[in-house]
Amino acid sequence: MIAAQVSSPGLWVLAWRRLRRDRVAMVSLALVAVYLLIVAAAAVGWIAADWPREAGVNYAPPGFAGATVDAPATETIIAHPPAQALPDEPAIVDPLADVLTALRKAQGAAPEVQARAATLPLGGDKWGRDVLKKTIKGAQTSLIVGLVAALLAVLIGAVLGAYAGYYGGRMDDFLNWLYSVFTSIPYLLLVLAIAAVLNQKGTLTVILILGLTGWTGIFRLVRAEYLKHRTREYVLAADAIGASHARRMFAHIFPNVSHVVLVQLSLHVVLFIKSEVILSFLGFGVGVDTVSWGSMLNEAQSELILGKWWQLAAATAAMAVLVTAFSLFTDALRDALDPRLK
Amino acid sequence: MTGYILRRVLQFIPTLLGVVLLVFILFNWIGGDPAYLLAGKMSNPEQIENIRKQLGVDQPFYVQLWIFITQIVTGDFGVSWATNEKVSAIFATRLGPSLTVLVPMLIISTVMAMAMALLVAYRRGSLTDRAVMIGCTVGQSISILVYIVVFQYVFAYQLGWFPVQGWGQDFITNLVKFSALPILVGVAVSLAPDTRLYRTFFLDEIHQDYVRTARAKGMSETRVMGVHVLRNAAIPIVTNVMIQLPGLLAGAFLIERFFSIPGIGREVLLAVERSDFPVIKAVTVYVAVATLVFNLLADILYKAVDPRVQLK
Repeated sequence: MIAAQVSSPGLWVLAWRRLRRDRVAMVSLALVAVYLLIVAAAAVGWIAADWPREAGVNYAPPGFAGATVDAPATETIIAHPPAQALPDEPAIVDPLADVLTALRKAQGAAPEVQARAATLPLGGDKWGRDVLKKTIKGAQTSLIVGLVAALLAVLIGAVLGAYAGYYGGRMDDFLNWLYSVFTSIPYLLLVLAIAAVLNQKGTLTVILILGLTGWTGIFRLVRAEYLKHRTREYVLAADAIGASHARRMFAHIFPNVSHVVLVQLSLHVVLFIKSEVILSFLGFGVGVDTVSWGSMLNEAQSELILGKWWQLAAATAAMAVLVTAFSLFTDALRDALDPRLK
Repeated sequence: MTGYILRRVLQFIPTLLGVVLLVFILFNWIGGDPAYLLAGKMSNPEQIENIRKQLGVDQPFYVQLWIFITQIVTGDFGVSWATNEKVSAIFATRLGPSLTVLVPMLIISTVMAMAMALLVAYRRGSLTDRAVMIGCTVGQSISILVYIVVFQYVFAYQLGWFPVQGWGQDFITNLVKFSALPILVGVAVSLAPDTRLYRTFFLDEIHQDYVRTARAKGMSETRVMGVHVLRNAAIPIVTNVMIQLPGLLAGAFLIERFFSIPGIGREVLLAVERSDFPVIKAVTVYVAVATLVFNLLADILYKAVDPRVQLK
């Protein structure tokens, strides 16, 4: 009878073991962790805090491409006159620069001679701001929006799903009705309509829009799980020992459906990162004082015609690596938590 | 069957009422007083009072809700706040361009994704399968914005194969000349997620007993895969495409915006930018109706091609 006392590994331990054997999952997890570390460092201001500083010359090319990359780019413009005339602003002169220097001199401070670098590690944008720093700040915006909005959506979806599935009856009817109302409007249209109504930008607004519209899929899955679990023996046993409804729902059943919730959380982070980029690109997303990969892509659109490809490349690559790693990890997580599916 | 359809159509009513209520709450309560939006920055109290009277926002909310419901039933949403064009006219003229791009795009991407999915599902676990699946994951992780910007730059601007943007008068020019690149972008964007999804549909079928039976009868692999498996997997694929369609109508706004296609999606975006509430309200409600109808059609189609499906 000694053997009976040896505890067998639980669901999470087993899942972690399966996950650790999956090399793709581990690499993806490491990549996501690197992003999280960078974002954490950027959030507390250790790196990229000075992203608005105009560190390089306008459209400074990336360091590895060298400063000569400009010449062929200009040629292409002459060869193909833009069909749609874009405002050509090769050198923006800061109209207040002289005034500011005069002011600084008057204040007695040493005039800040900003040596503008000819090249920057990943190039510079229209104003000579460092694209690398902007990309890092963009990662911060995207990950924070993605994570917080996904947490909000999962919280709403899981709680409503738990209530609908557990209680059934009128509560279920009402919540299903709400679900069908939300799902009969296409997701992006609903997001745009709410953005139009709120008519204000900001990280919090984006999080609220995405979180309040994105809960439907989670609701459906969690509800189905609760429907399945509520008549199981362990729940009846909990009832027999006098556990309250809330306790049965969240202390007994929830741990048994939490793997579904975790996978959904991970899936929605990816979905919301993508949505945030589109919203910010269209100008309904984060405010103008915040960098987002979406607003970078918006700038990159007109830069590309001038042959300045680096901002587009940096934002695209940063987003693609994060989203790919996150998606692969999500797939592996699902396989690890529910091996029957594989 | 008739009874089933009737029941389903009756079920539309509470859902649609919910949509109406949601849109109403959004635009009439959260959205603030539209009179201020309309009157612009330079306005005096009389002007605002006048506009409020015209719009009926000085009425109690149940009267306003009733106005909204009559608008939906009669299809008369009044005029756009931005252009004074009748909302119904906007729909009538924008639907054509949207469909010109969407229908070929859907057909091409569905056929291509089915072919690819069938191939990788057949060689499941092989190097091809894994390479395509990783390619799909990477392809899916790149924002649709990048596809549009890069395709437009490379194929239209640099290589000059297509016009950068624009829209003509007659259908053939539009389809051949102006829609080609937007269709290409749309196919490129949807190929990766569609292939992944359809692959799972094929995998569900490949291990069924009828496949083994067909093989045991000595049928060629081409026939087993191309006829037996394909026809069975086509059921969820076709219904999936049908369900997608209404969402795409409004969801193609990025493609329509970049290529200056005067479709519904671009109109939605313009309306959102101009706070043109009548247009957004109309689009939201009608797309919701379309979604419900297409869901029903998909279910009926499912029943028609698969007699095992029980409609309840």
